[in-house]
Amino acid sequence: MAGGQQTTSLRTYALTRLGLALPMVLILLTMVFLLLRVAPGDPITAALGGRLPPEQLEERREAAGYNRSLAVQYLEYLGNVATLDFGETIVDNRPVTRVITQNGAATLELTVVALFVALVVGIGVGLVSGRYRDTPVDVAGRLFGILIYAAPVFFLGFLAQLVFAQWLGWFPTSGRASPVTSYDLDTPTNLFLVDSLIALDFSAFSDVLSHLVLPAVTLGLVTGGVFIRLIRVNVLQTLQGDYIEAARARGLSERTVMWHHAFRNALVPVITVVGLQVALLLGGAVLTEQTFNWPGIGSELIRYLNNRDYIAIQGIITFFALVVVIVSLLIDLLNAWVDPRVRY
Amino acid sequence: MARPSLTRLFGPIREARGVPKWVVIAGIAITIAFVVFALFAPWIAPYDFDTYRTADGVRFPKQGHPSGDHLFGTNVQSTDVLSRVIYGARTALEVVILAVIFSLVVGLPLGLISGYFGGKLDRVLLLVMDSLFAFPYLLLAIVVAFLLSDRLGRGVMTAAVSISVVYVPQYYRVVRNHVISVREETYVEAARALGARPRTVISRYILQNVIQNVPVIATLNAADAILTLAALGFLGYGIQPTDAAEWGYDLQRAISDAGAGIWWTGLFPGFAIVTLVTGLTLLGEGLNDVLNPVLRRRPIQAVILPERQSRLPADEAGV
Repeated sequence: MAGGQQTTSLRTYALTRLGLALPMVLILLTMVFLLLRVAPGDPITAALGGRLPPEQLEERREAAGYNRSLAVQYLEYLGNVATLDFGETIVDNRPVTRVITQNGAATLELTVVALFVALVVGIGVGLVSGRYRDTPVDVAGRLFGILIYAAPVFFLGFLAQLVFAQWLGWFPTSGRASPVTSYDLDTPTNLFLVDSLIALDFSAFSDVLSHLVLPAVTLGLVTGGVFIRLIRVNVLQTLQGDYIEAARARGLSERTVMWHHAFRNALVPVITVVGLQVALLLGGAVLTEQTFNWPGIGSELIRYLNNRDYIAIQGIITFFALVVVIVSLLIDLLNAWVDPRVRY
Repeated sequence: MARPSLTRLFGPIREARGVPKWVVIAGIAITIAFVVFALFAPWIAPYDFDTYRTADGVRFPKQGHPSGDHLFGTNVQSTDVLSRVIYGARTALEVVILAVIFSLVVGLPLGLISGYFGGKLDRVLLLVMDSLFAFPYLLLAIVVAFLLSDRLGRGVMTAAVSISVVYVPQYYRVVRNHVISVREETYVEAARALGARPRTVISRYILQNVIQNVPVIATLNAADAILTLAALGFLGYGIQPTDAAEWGYDLQRAISDAGAGIWWTGLFPGFAIVTLVTGLTLLGEGLNDVLNPVLRRRPIQAVILPERQSRLPADEAGV
């Protein structure tokens, strides 16, 4: 009985949540369209105006369909997005989907490792800080969190390059792999770590890893600063719970109280926070990629912005919007599955 | 109106003890120092932010090591790093103040109206704002700065507007939620029962209550806004480099210096950002700790009970 009821309510929740996600996608897509298609005029003139004679511009506009009414173009845009067609860039005639699979993989690799670093640092420091509230350890932990949060990712990247690359010479500062590796390595997934493992090429693996260390740790530390703060507050709130007092009253050792009662509950909300961090992580990735010359989707976005390629910008931004909505949807569903209170 | 809210603000700071108090004081000290830099930059800085030669026309050294003439050294454009750091405070302050004002002017009324009237308007606004909020804020700011730079140029205005687009949803959200919880309070109901118009209820009863949250949010957002401004500058969508000194732009130029072991061009602007953001964050967090009754820890004071003077008759009876 109980099991049946649970699955029903989880399904109901999932459907409701999905019902919320769809209008959100529609709003974001409409905003992207209004900002990038309606506001600036047509993309062909924006990118190539002055470089092509007017007749040729007119021809390209006609061919690309920019002479039709905006309503038609809007519907076409929505239809294209629904079939995962994000258009083709103007300056180098690349389908945006290829930008996503090639450069997006570099960004994915960077952000996943960075998220891992962020969780390790954030949970570690946050738990200790919350447990020993207002002691010097806590003050140090909080200060670390605040300083890390206050440091722009590109400043940390600058320091990392200076110390670990220039002075100590431990890690390279730019790119995903040395030229030899990128020439030799087969890249079916475009995730170089995975590709080098598939090829069982361990020298390539270590080369790729050494390129990844500085950017991922830099981005991870900045993201971890937010975790520290949240986990600390969670621990503080959890420690005020009646069941903690009850556990202590039962004579359980402080260690058991902390690990089995306090920390476990303090960590549940982390799932939600990870979901919220994805937006921050993507923004940070753009900066990290610029700092370390990482050929990710953020670097590409900046390149297309500089070239005023509105179609590429629109495609990449649309993709980001979809990623954000889908990730937050998945996180909410995961949360509902873990924590039954969310569903009601 | 100003008086009671000021005592409400400063009273708890005086009352606070221990760590929270020092946090607020450190935050105030750092913030004031940067405001002084910003206001008096021309008198404090040894050179103008874009001066690259002496009055006699001798060019400053390019990427010169810190020395007596240039305490923080010079950068790749031969300008004085110390002067740029000091003038950077001015740019940061201008942009952040404008951005906070813009976000408040848009976010606060929207939140008030949305929370007070509820209904369809509230649901639509909430959905739009949530969508904006969910989107990576930096990307939003970049796109807006990119689009605005065509029309407004790349000045303080463009930067401030791009940054406020990011923060409007936050103000909206906080204000709206607060209004919804306050709306049901008895004193608001009483005002409504007395026949007060919605405008009166909102401005006299609800706004007064909601506005207390603003100092904390505004300080924390200002800290964040400085990071966003620097990020825009770093990516080349901040303020036109010939118009003003900006720390993020300086760091962008400094990245390639790191490979040559030149540390002073990036270290000092970076420190300026970290210090100012830390100062504002400490101030905001401290204010929150001090003002928020849920988090506030009052000093424990020994209570001296008056001595019992007469026994009650019930005690006398014994049983």
